[in-house]
Amino acid sequence: MTRIGVVIFPGSNGDADALHAIELAGAEPVPLWHESATLDGVAAVILPGGFAYGDYLRAGVIARFSPVMRAVAAFAAGGGFVLGICNGFQVLAEAGLVPGALLRNRALRFLGRDVLIVPERLDTPFTRAITGRGPLRIPIAHGEGCYFADEATLDGLERDGQVLFRYADQDGGRAAAGDERSNPNGSLRAIAGVLNPAGNVAGLMPHPERAAESVLGNDAGLVIICSLVEAAAEREMAAGPALVGTTG
Amino acid sequence: MSASFRYAVNVAPKAGILDPQGRAVEHSLPHLGVSGVSAIRVGRRIELTVEAADVAAARAVVERLAGELLSNPLIEVYHVEPLGAASSLVAEAPR
Repeated sequence: MTRIGVVIFPGSNGDADALHAIELAGAEPVPLWHESATLDGVAAVILPGGFAYGDYLRAGVIARFSPVMRAVAAFAAGGGFVLGICNGFQVLAEAGLVPGALLRNRALRFLGRDVLIVPERLDTPFTRAITGRGPLRIPIAHGEGCYFADEATLDGLERDGQVLFRYADQDGGRAAAGDERSNPNGSLRAIAGVLNPAGNVAGLMPHPERAAESVLGNDAGLVIICSLVEAAAEREMAAGPALVGTTG
Repeated sequence: MSASFRYAVNVAPKAGILDPQGRAVEHSLPHLGVSGVSAIRVGRRIELTVEAADVAAARAVVERLAGELLSNPLIEVYHVEPLGAASSLVAEAPR
């Protein structure tokens, strides 16, 4: 069975939900402690939400220098799939593994509620199981989720297909500038998720793992976790029997 | 032979980056009856002591920390400020 790792930093609080969502998506969840220098042979990694190291200094920056992040960076450099959710996105941005930065929400308040997001691409390891371009209703829970990059970088992201998700309005269209209801943190160009240039690392501000089970009222996010599991399984098979053998 | 050098690193949002904290502070000014104050930017200040062979080596350590850890160059600028010594500390002469 494909094994998907979830990094646990001191202060992570989305790790249990992420581990559970991986199981729902049909893979074996593997907790990875932040002091671990290896990834235990997993086929993909999720950096979960929370407040790693208390979000001291800047959200994500201290986690960036933890031993496990060296292993994550090496894994990503080798083409491994990495999904950072919320605080995990902040960690990836601080580590330079995805472009941009997450600033304090424009309204200064912590925001915990559902938003609508639409995928910009359906051919990535994080969106391949999504069947249409309709909006997904997924919760956010963050104080620093305002996506920022300079204009040239934003233009480059759009040109190179690195925008993964955008905040959307009720009609499923891209949230207009100043639409605080649809894009409540004020992210530039309504960007809710981005890819690195190679397309194997993604940061996503909303929490798909918290919307992964219909019995809890919403399973719209499960398809994102399923995408990652599918892509990781495929990559593992392509790597040949040696790798598959070691991961049982 | 090494000595201790004391510094402050002052970090502020880059020009042009929206600073909602600064804006919130600004919005409170009318409640104090203050007018004519604008362009408030809220940053952070980190003070630290460095053990090093000399001033140049200490400064190099502080600059590295300031650029790699204490500030995010995408969104922030920093200024390294040598501090007057606490009693037992040798400070780099203020520039």
